[in-house]
Amino acid sequence: MDGTVLQQTSDTDAQREAVIRVRNLTNQFGSQVVHQNLNLDVWRGEVLGIVGGSGTGKSVLLRTIVGLNKPAAGSIEVLGVDVLNGPEQERRRIEKRWGVAFQDGALFSSLTVLQNVMAPLREHTGLSEKLMQALGSLKISLVGLPQLSCEKFPSELSGGMRKRAALARALALDPEIVFLDEPTAGLDPIGAAAYDELIGELQHALGLTVFMVTHDLDSLYAICNRVAVLAEKRVLVEGRIEEMTKVDHPWVQEYFTGPRARAAQEKGHDR
Amino acid sequence: MIHSDSDADGVCLRISGEMLTQSLDTVEQAFHAVQPQGGNITFDLSKVEALDTGGAWLIADLARRSRKLGAEIRFEGLSPAQSALLGTVAENIPDEPGTEVQPRSFVDWVAAVGERTAGAWKDTLSMLGFLGLTLHRLARTIVMPWRLRQAALVSQMEEVGLKAIPIVALMGFLIGVVLAFQGATQLKQFGAEIFVVELISISVLRELGILLTAIIVAGRSGSAFTASIGSMKVQEEIDAMRTLGLDPIEVLVIPRVVALLIMLPILGFVADMAALIGGGLMSWIDLDISPGMFVTRLKEGTGIWHFAIGMIKAPFFAVVIGVIACWQAMQVKGSAQSVGQRTTASVVQSIFMVIALDALFSIFFATLEI
Repeated sequence: MDGTVLQQTSDTDAQREAVIRVRNLTNQFGSQVVHQNLNLDVWRGEVLGIVGGSGTGKSVLLRTIVGLNKPAAGSIEVLGVDVLNGPEQERRRIEKRWGVAFQDGALFSSLTVLQNVMAPLREHTGLSEKLMQALGSLKISLVGLPQLSCEKFPSELSGGMRKRAALARALALDPEIVFLDEPTAGLDPIGAAAYDELIGELQHALGLTVFMVTHDLDSLYAICNRVAVLAEKRVLVEGRIEEMTKVDHPWVQEYFTGPRARAAQEKGHDR
Repeated sequence: MIHSDSDADGVCLRISGEMLTQSLDTVEQAFHAVQPQGGNITFDLSKVEALDTGGAWLIADLARRSRKLGAEIRFEGLSPAQSALLGTVAENIPDEPGTEVQPRSFVDWVAAVGERTAGAWKDTLSMLGFLGLTLHRLARTIVMPWRLRQAALVSQMEEVGLKAIPIVALMGFLIGVVLAFQGATQLKQFGAEIFVVELISISVLRELGILLTAIIVAGRSGSAFTASIGSMKVQEEIDAMRTLGLDPIEVLVIPRVVALLIMLPILGFVADMAALIGGGLMSWIDLDISPGMFVTRLKEGTGIWHFAIGMIKAPFFAVVIGVIACWQAMQVKGSAQSVGQRTTASVVQSIFMVIALDALFSIFFATLEI
């Protein structure tokens, strides 16, 4: 591994199960190299926060793992299946075991919120209409949306509500891994804190593994078990957030010891 | 799976196997077979291999329905994680689950017809308002020509005009060929082959050339206008312009309408010429009318007015296409779907209006006897 691994806690690799294993990943758009020999492990049951400056390829990494972007080189294993070169059938099966919530929701605009949440159920299960509706409204209630919003169309929702609805859709099939792209960007602090709390709660209750691209220091301190910093085309460091202040790298120092980070840290300790 | 055992203490529901959303269809049937009842009910979950929110919902829902009938519920054999999950799900079961939009009744349908009729009237007024606004800005641009966005105008002229020349020329050429060919077979019967020249020149110059060009431009550029301005509307770019003190009409609409005003007559002229060439060629091949004879006959038999009438119509068509396309774009609301709907509406409406206007011109010129 070329990234510095800081975490030397009692967990050993043998006890932890890597649900996502990225090895030597290289992503390139034209002549611009975004990732080079990037390595990353995501352990079962953790909330991993991916941080990095603008243009360091955080979203590209997420998109590559879920198969929306074909990398130039490297291998990606999700739940033991090679998602890049594995057999088509197995990859399809894996897709039912993860959920993705995109930055601006990416809800289907021609469907109501409930229909959006029911869409994966309809596609992948043989449940009765009644049960699908019940599970759909359960998920909508779980993410803290009022039942009134079931019949609304995405264009009638606020940005924060769209993000919650997107999370409900990502959770529809009870996935093991949830990918979140900037889940709290553009939310007010109260909404963002509530969303953090929601993800934390769901993660505990449903035993989720959460892969979260974020810029929100509050989220990092509040719910992330581990943080991976993308810089210099690779995972520069990964480890617990408390340890990040000790890393000797200008960007990491500035990010984790700046005034905003200190405020977020204090808030995180209060919880 | 679920098995129900009754003993002296009450009912024991033994739940076993995988209770996962993806494989819940068989379990669901079994759960529906269990009647909720009062008395003591024990849920034994010790044999449950896997549980997620879907499975937890089935259990929690059955428990809830039983409780309503006065049952005492106990859970056994739950792991702490399962217990937490069951608790979270039970807390979040909505009292009245949301429903999908119901199919509409007859009354709703009638109401929708009424709404659409009223909407059509409002739309007409709004479009006329937009036409007025555009003409006002156009007039202002003539008085203050430096306000015209030249870069935008030139790029629109290229997009609308230059790039449309091949398709318009090909269309004109083929129309000429078809007219000559069809005309020849009919006129031969009367020995009046030579009149094929008038047939082609009058029908093309006066009507077909400009009409078909306008239809192609409406489909090609009208749709592009609506789609591009419409997606700007979705991205709030139009609102951003307003807050910066830029007038969207002046910045977006005027360059497009002016580009059409300049280019549509040119495209019409290209179509006219291509049709005459195509017609002349076909007459030569099919009827032995030499190009020289064709041109002489054209000069003698076809008045310049036929050509002028075609050209006079061009700017009117240009304004109709431009204004409808931009007005439709301004009506885009919210979603990407709306952009698609408005683009379709824009093309259909502008083609219809072009044809309707052409009919009006026919009557007008007939009354003037030219």
